[in-house]
Amino acid sequence: MKIEILGIGCSKCKKLHELVEEAVNELGVSTEITKVTDINKIIDYGVMATPALVIDGDVKIAGKIPEKEEIKRWIEEKKNEIIS
Amino acid sequence: MKQKNKFLFIIIVFTFFYFMPFSSSKILNALMESLLMAQDYARQHVLLCLIPAFFIAGAIANFISQENIIKYFGAEANKFLSYTVASVSGTILAVCSCTVLPLFAGIYKRGAGIGPATSFLYSGPAINILAIILTARVLGFELGLARATGAIIFSIVIGLSMHFIFHEDEKEKIKDKSLFSESNTQEERPLWQTAFYFTTLIGILIFANWGKDESLKIWQVIYSSKWYITGILLIILFWMLVKWFNKEERAQWVSSSWSFAQQILPLLLGGVLVAGFLLGRPGSEALIPKIWIGNLVGGNSLWSNLFASVVGAFMYFATLTEIPILQGLLGAGMGKGPALALLLAGPALSLPNMLVIRSILGTKKTLVFIFLVVTMATLSGMLFGYFF
Repeated sequence: MKIEILGIGCSKCKKLHELVEEAVNELGVSTEITKVTDINKIIDYGVMATPALVIDGDVKIAGKIPEKEEIKRWIEEKKNEIIS
Repeated sequence: MKQKNKFLFIIIVFTFFYFMPFSSSKILNALMESLLMAQDYARQHVLLCLIPAFFIAGAIANFISQENIIKYFGAEANKFLSYTVASVSGTILAVCSCTVLPLFAGIYKRGAGIGPATSFLYSGPAINILAIILTARVLGFELGLARATGAIIFSIVIGLSMHFIFHEDEKEKIKDKSLFSESNTQEERPLWQTAFYFTTLIGILIFANWGKDESLKIWQVIYSSKWYITGILLIILFWMLVKWFNKEERAQWVSSSWSFAQQILPLLLGGVLVAGFLLGRPGSEALIPKIWIGNLVGGNSLWSNLFASVVGAFMYFATLTEIPILQGLLGAGMGKGPALALLLAGPALSLPNMLVIRSILGTKKTLVFIFLVVTMATLSGMLFGYFF
């Protein structure tokens, strides 16, 4: 699974990064977390509000910091999709 | 890397305390000024002005749907509307500087093009709601109003100029409609309720801060009964919150107001302390001699205005910190014109932000944009300084 965090480096983006790391650790899934800071690439995802969270190419949320539980749910959903 | 940073930090703090001439009266005075300025803010601006402003910003972030505004930035949108919306929508869209650049890039690359994009980039940070409220409160109503109108008018001028200079390059751009289409989330609240709710919030802010003005009978009447009016508005607000909003919405409102407060208060405190330390409160001198300020940005000459806008354009101001810094400068003899020039050029541009803009627009367009911003800020500063 590939998780991307889009943001040009504001404090909210860092916060989202921390939350995602925590969520991943708590779930114990193996993922690759990357930060996308190039604004031109961010636009290519169709995102105009940062921070945004992208899991396997799907934009999950943009412009807001989600709850940790919500991030966990998205990751689980993705995991189940991959298995089935 | 972490250990190394810690070590560096300790070294810096150590050298600071080792070498700082704390016993010199100059430094003592500057420290005292910085504390007094922070006290001024705490006593005068936080409770009645900043806190309601945070709640307004929180309400904007939650209850106004951004999609409804963003649709005017699409490639197919009416050009006249695009420019108008670009010039004023900063009040709603630009509550945080992290939202301005991605939106700018989106409008430029996938939407209405360079004109509306640069309009938005220029006016957005200058007219965000917190900035206008605090400018008007701390630096005076005229400067607050001039900042807002200056930003709006000149953003259109800059946008149109950019469009006319560069519209030849615009042809082969990818236009992406889906980015600007209305989302399927329907609004569950009727418009009149939202409008009434915002009017009440803004009313609370205005009446709680009503100043003494003896010139007209009506102002005096309002002044003497301002707490009753504020109280009634608070009761109305409470009633609306119970009737029209569900529990989750109320919680969201409080939590996003709280996140604005968390984000902005530390920066603002830092800004106030630094401004107080270097410049002192209005009427008193701190570390930097008044004569320097007077020579550089006093009066309303072309040079003062130009200097203020160039410095403003390159310097980075964290959200709202431009206000205490300008308060210090104005107190130390800066002219009102140069102050406006700095307010207009300051938040829109900074060195780090120029680099991001360059990665989007390319060097040539960025340079033209910076040139336009500096020129417009200088001109509007001179104009304002001439009249006030």
